[in-house]
Amino acid sequence: MSDGFQKTGLSGGSKLLEPVEAERAEKISREIRYRLIRLSHDAKSAHLAGALSCVDLLVALYWHVLKIDPANPKASDRDRLVFSKGHAVSALYAVLARRGFFSEESLARYNQPCAGLPEQPCPGLTPGVEWATGSLGHGLGVGLGIARASEIQKNPHATVVIMSDGECQEGSVWEAAMLAPKLKTGPLTVLVDFNGWQATGRSREIMQLEPLAEKWSAFGWEACEIDGHSIPDIVAALEAPRDGRPRAIIAHTIKGKGASFIEDDNNWHYRSPTAPEVEVAAKELQISQ
Amino acid sequence: MRNAFADEILKLALADERIVVLSGDIGNRLFDKFKAAMPERFHNCGVAEANMISLAAGLASSGLRPVCYTITPFVTTRCLEQIKLDVCYHEMPVTIVGTGSGLSYAALGSTHHSFEDIAIMRTLPGMRVLAPADAPELRELLRATFEQSSPTYLRIGKKGEPILTEGRPFHPNRWQLLREGRDATILSCGIILEEALDAAEFLSKSGIHAAVWNCASVKPLDVEALSSFSPAPVFTVEEHSILGGFGSAVAEFISSRFSPPRVHRLGIPDEFLHDTGEQHESRIHCGIDSAGIVKAVTAALR
Repeated sequence: MSDGFQKTGLSGGSKLLEPVEAERAEKISREIRYRLIRLSHDAKSAHLAGALSCVDLLVALYWHVLKIDPANPKASDRDRLVFSKGHAVSALYAVLARRGFFSEESLARYNQPCAGLPEQPCPGLTPGVEWATGSLGHGLGVGLGIARASEIQKNPHATVVIMSDGECQEGSVWEAAMLAPKLKTGPLTVLVDFNGWQATGRSREIMQLEPLAEKWSAFGWEACEIDGHSIPDIVAALEAPRDGRPRAIIAHTIKGKGASFIEDDNNWHYRSPTAPEVEVAAKELQISQ
Repeated sequence: MRNAFADEILKLALADERIVVLSGDIGNRLFDKFKAAMPERFHNCGVAEANMISLAAGLASSGLRPVCYTITPFVTTRCLEQIKLDVCYHEMPVTIVGTGSGLSYAALGSTHHSFEDIAIMRTLPGMRVLAPADAPELRELLRATFEQSSPTYLRIGKKGEPILTEGRPFHPNRWQLLREGRDATILSCGIILEEALDAAEFLSKSGIHAAVWNCASVKPLDVEALSSFSPAPVFTVEEHSILGGFGSAVAEFISSRFSPPRVHRLGIPDEFLHDTGEQHESRIHCGIDSAGIVKAVTAALR
């Protein structure tokens, strides 16, 4: 976590991962982080640090929470993940490939021309990618529409929106946040990847972002704050019983999590690693090659 | 026209359970019957138009057919990026209805004027842009909208527009020839049609015979009609800026294929309107009332 915060739980019992499950998930996270670092090196692509910060959120979702079938990515009753911080989509791609939505060979063509995995998502191009984002502040409104449709159509499924902390500065986020508690919807959850940075500075210094959980509470959401790198905590927060309100989970994370030379250094919003840096990262992430 | 919209969308939604109406806190009492009949398919999205559009795109992605309704500038330019990305980029079958378009709310000033909406909406890939002339045409266009699946922008008036198209053969992408004439071709787009017809009538008294077309479909253009014109000058008339709107769309097409005819674009000049009064005074100010059209045609033919 980038700095101290008061962990706040949700009422009611929560699903807990068995130690062996947690260990396995943690290993998958490390391997995906290493994959992302290599991808950024190979593709010379930006936004590596913001991708690394949300890996544990995605691993928790794709291995332990979302009802999805990689063989049938358009199944009508699937859970929907709207990945609203589109600049970090490499993290989603790496997770989807690892989960079997497409091959590791496809993933290796990330950010290459006409290869189906563009640097920012594109509609209908990549199996498992629900929505093309990249301009911040769209995902929650779209997710709210999807969650409302599930209620109108009596098609029960969960809708999760992953946003960045900088994204919470967009007015459209709060338009959607203010409407959501007034619409009867299927279960809707916002996961804020609060890595503390935006493109050019600390998010809490640029705008009055905090107190962020209280903002969501004030808008009628059930809000909590968690360690966004603890997969058991993420799963518990996502799976805790609901009281009918939409849920906002402020996940405190470290931008660039996984490689000491990237962590909390905002130059990595744009930089991509050199080959020697990839080697250092492999050691730190305990990747045997 | 807005009453016709409320009535027609009620009828359509009763028969088509995909239809969901989203309003941006507008239409006081207008949708009472809809709300009573289908409360689960009407949402007042509040004074938050950007979110209304994203919400509509999310609904559409699950197979519903949302219709977003509020005053034209608030449902077009205010939430342009949501329309561009969430609706058009994703090819979502969302219908956007801008009420009180053009000069309909002229007296309310620039906040309520929409002179750039056609220009902007028609540059969005996949977006259909339609401007019905009256209530019967609006009903026809609305019905046709749910039989196809492209994003659609419907630019409508307020109330009391004269009925001019009733009983005419209708096709969603075709323009209607309402009056024949060999000396000039007047292409009227949207609720300005009454002025175009009056102008043609007046011109005929001085021996100038102008054809008048009602052109609701701005995108797609009626290419067949456009290709059928005589070399006589073409006059486009619209309650929209002369820049980028219907006239520009016509000029783009004609300039790429024929010469002559010469295209004269009549519309809102490239300026904000300040304190110009009601709709009719504003039309006069812009030279798109019937007398202004007569003057333009006469000057061009002189």
